[in-house]
Amino acid sequence: MSLLEIKNLHVEIEDEGKKILNGLNLTIEKGQVAAIMGPNGSGKSTLAYVLAGRPGYAVTEGEILLNGESILEMEPNERAAKGVFLAFQYPVEVPGVATMTFLRTALNAQRKLRGENEVSTPEFIKMVRETSDNLGIGQDMLRRGVNVGFSGGEKKRAEILQMAILQPRLAVLDETDSGLDIDALRIVSEGVNRLRSPERSMIVITHYQRLLDYIVPDVVHVMAKGRVVRSGGKELALELEANGYAQYTDEAA
Amino acid sequence: MPAVQETVDRVRQIDVDQYKYGFVTDIESEKAPKGLNEDTVRFISAKKNEPQWMLDWRLEAFRRWQTMKEPTWARVSYPKIDYQDAYYYAAPKAFKAPKSLADVDPELLRTYEKLGIPLKEQEILAGVRKQGEPSTLDGDMLEGMRSSGRVAVDAVFDSVSVATTFKEELKRAGVIFMPMSEAIQEHPDLIKKYLGSVVPTTDNFFATLNSAVFSDGSFVYVPKGVRCPMELSTYFRINEQNTGQFERTLIIADEGAYVSYLEGCTAPMRDENQLHAAVVELVTLDNAEIKYSTVQNWYPGDADGKGGIFNFVTKRGDCRGKNSKISWTQVETGSAITWKYPSCILRGDGSRGEFYSIAISNGHQQVDSGTKMIHLGKNTVSRIISKGISAGKSQNTYRGLVTAHRRATGARNFTNCDSLLIGDKCGAHTVPYMEAKNSSAVFEHEASTSKISEDMLFYCQSRGMSAEEATALVVNGFVKDVLQQLPMEFAVEAQKLISISLEGSVG
Repeated sequence: MSLLEIKNLHVEIEDEGKKILNGLNLTIEKGQVAAIMGPNGSGKSTLAYVLAGRPGYAVTEGEILLNGESILEMEPNERAAKGVFLAFQYPVEVPGVATMTFLRTALNAQRKLRGENEVSTPEFIKMVRETSDNLGIGQDMLRRGVNVGFSGGEKKRAEILQMAILQPRLAVLDETDSGLDIDALRIVSEGVNRLRSPERSMIVITHYQRLLDYIVPDVVHVMAKGRVVRSGGKELALELEANGYAQYTDEAA
Repeated sequence: MPAVQETVDRVRQIDVDQYKYGFVTDIESEKAPKGLNEDTVRFISAKKNEPQWMLDWRLEAFRRWQTMKEPTWARVSYPKIDYQDAYYYAAPKAFKAPKSLADVDPELLRTYEKLGIPLKEQEILAGVRKQGEPSTLDGDMLEGMRSSGRVAVDAVFDSVSVATTFKEELKRAGVIFMPMSEAIQEHPDLIKKYLGSVVPTTDNFFATLNSAVFSDGSFVYVPKGVRCPMELSTYFRINEQNTGQFERTLIIADEGAYVSYLEGCTAPMRDENQLHAAVVELVTLDNAEIKYSTVQNWYPGDADGKGGIFNFVTKRGDCRGKNSKISWTQVETGSAITWKYPSCILRGDGSRGEFYSIAISNGHQQVDSGTKMIHLGKNTVSRIISKGISAGKSQNTYRGLVTAHRRATGARNFTNCDSLLIGDKCGAHTVPYMEAKNSSAVFEHEASTSKISEDMLFYCQSRGMSAEEATALVVNGFVKDVLQQLPMEFAVEAQKLISISLEGSVG
């Protein structure tokens, strides 16, 4: 069974009724790293949000199956407990809540939903320390409010830290490369690569081929006008880099 | 459904029937006859075997009160209170001053148990733990922090203090800590000197009423140079139907003394509104410091806003001596109506006043709270941090006054008022007054109003937290600066209380 199956997904923005996804089909295999590329407005971020269960989007048709189970009716936290993780393009600041506290609350909440025991303090501290060292995240950053006063690069590194602690089965990385300089891009990518495993699938959403030099995908899907219009191997990304997206926007029109 | 909408719904569901601490203990009480007149005042005074001067003091206040009008300037509305339709004194029947815990009415001990707040005080009261032993209650907040585990209790059950512990140890340190009624008997000189010296009998409608009919309260005197060896704590609890509560507290820190006082409240469920008009007076002499902390969780009324405590409190501290300091910290989550402005008179040169507040309103609660910092002395400093959280259909007002007198050169104030709105049916208001009568005063004011954003909630939820857990986390982050000011004894309790006050499914 595939880890994720999206069938004929139609999504519009609640209130506005604006259609964003138009019959999107996508299958992600277990352990697969899939890149999703496409022009602005093609629905990439909407797909990411809909997977995570963000309010404000109405699924009017279609199905999303995670391990064969529909997640459409699940709350965001239930999806998280089932292994869905979204690394935000714009991570949100939570003032006054230390990253350590935030992470621990999140991890324990997930464990509770899965009927597991809470993580012990020493165990948790050890987990965080190891991962944060690898990502170049200092203790002071862990004590600060979540994402408060973090630079763009720090925010993205913090997202990867969260991903490493929460150990998702499906990680959706929404333009994780945006706003990163080359060094930060390398650190973040290495963090992501360390998390690659046969048990973990990833959807890497990006505009640019550059990120895929570091996180080498198994497959590349091209999205345009709310659908996957072409799929191929990693060489597809290079082709897109050379030719641009114009042909897809025209084709889809 | 958008998250904000969902939060609104959840908060709307908060049924105050879920109020955890609402129950009535059936200790029969001896009441003063219903109504308020000079005879009521005489009855109370006689019940307490008070000396003539005390009765005279009360009567003078009562006569004054009869000429006063109930204030209407606060942003709260409530049905007119019929002061003749209430009892002004109630004492548990068959009350004798207990000599030890064994003498305490088991019903009272059960009451503490039922309160479900396994506070360190209750452990001590119940004899679970000896003083000085570490408590088992230390949660996340306390990690790495050492709790002193030493708290003295003056338990006010309804109107009469029925349990006082640690008296001996305090006595050795020279600290006087006793019910006000006893202090009037045993330390008349101190009472005559200080009672009403910060909040005069003529101060305001509710304070004057309190002066006439106050039932009991705590008296603390910390002598020169003594650092009080333990946190002092009082639990106020309203238990008798239709009983107004008029606590009177007076704390004096003599030169170079220090004391930290904790006050916490819960109350049983009620149909009728209950009036509470307490007065707290603090006095610090040269280089002395008083830290006064409150966690208030009185019955806020039912889901329709019916019932609940009317809380009209006058709290004021007088930094009478130079370089003295008074610090108020409050966590206000209960009451139908809160009218409360713990204030500091910064009289001594170089004195310092602080006010840290978390005021949470939900359901139909109305909060009008804040502080006054009156700078009279030179180089006086004040600091105000107020965090208001409104949810449900509640209204939450910060009202503050900062003034610097002509001779208060070099006065400095920093004010920070933040409001957080949960849902779109509540209100937050900030009413700061500032007045500097000399050009060297420096006042800074910061204010912000924010809503728990959908983005923030979704972010937390996407990490595995439920909407409630996410809300609690965000709110605890919002109030962190103030929570840190609470003694550790209270911080964990307060943090829990904040979550309980806002969560949809209590218990």
